[in-house]
Amino acid sequence: MKILVQSAPFDVGDETNAFTNTHSNVGAVVTFTGIVRDDDCGSLDAMEIEHYPAMTQKAIMQHAQSAQNRWNLADVLVIHRYGKLVPGDVIMMVATAARHRADAFQAAEFLMDYLKSRAPFWKKEWVKGSPRWVEAKQLDEDALARWE
Amino acid sequence: MQLIYFAWVRERIGAGSEPYDGPAQTVAELVTELRAREPRYDLVFSDLTSLRVAVDQELVDFDASISQAKEVAFFPPMTGG
Repeated sequence: MKILVQSAPFDVGDETNAFTNTHSNVGAVVTFTGIVRDDDCGSLDAMEIEHYPAMTQKAIMQHAQSAQNRWNLADVLVIHRYGKLVPGDVIMMVATAARHRADAFQAAEFLMDYLKSRAPFWKKEWVKGSPRWVEAKQLDEDALARWE
Repeated sequence: MQLIYFAWVRERIGAGSEPYDGPAQTVAELVTELRAREPRYDLVFSDLTSLRVAVDQELVDFDASISQAKEVAFFPPMTGG
C-alpha cells in the first residue's frame, strides 16, 4: 500500500503504470482521478485544500487497510494533494489492484466515499476573489453509509 | 495538551493551535469551558452538529475522554476527494 499526501503535482499515467507494473499476478487495476471542477459560469479562480498533517496519512492508511480486509486486493495506491490548485488540476487519485475486477471496482469506490467525508481535508473555493469553505454534502454521507 | 483548529474553526477562533491545561475530562466538558471563555469560542461551538472532533488523531464523539490526550482537534465536516 502506498499513501502519499503532497502539495506537488503528479502524473496519473506514470503513477498508474508504475502501480500496474509492480504486480504480476493481478487481473484488474481500477483507477479514479479527482480533478478541480470549475463552476457552470467558469468563475472558480482557485481551490485551496487544507489538511491535518499528523492525522491524514494515518487515517487514509487505516481505511486502505479495511479495504484490504474487506476485498481480495493485491494493492492500494492513494495520492492526495493539498495547497492551492486551479480548475483542471488533478487533486487526487485512487488505484486498486486485484485478481478480479469486482474487488478492484468496489474497493476503489469504498475508498473514494471514505476520502470524501472522513479523510481530514477541507476545501476552500475562491470565486471572483472571495473565499468560501466548501460544505460537506449529505449525498456524500449517504454514499458512505451504504458500506456500513 | 494541545488544542488544534482547522478550516473555518481556525479562522473564527483566530489561531491554529493553543495549549490547554484545564480540568476538562471529556470533549464535552472542554467545549463547555471554551464556550464560557469568549464570544468567538461560544459562536464556533454553538452547533456541534456542524463540528467534528479528533482526539490524538482519531475521530471520536463529543462524550469521549480526553484525560490521557495529547492533542484535541476541532474542525468542520471533511471535504476531501
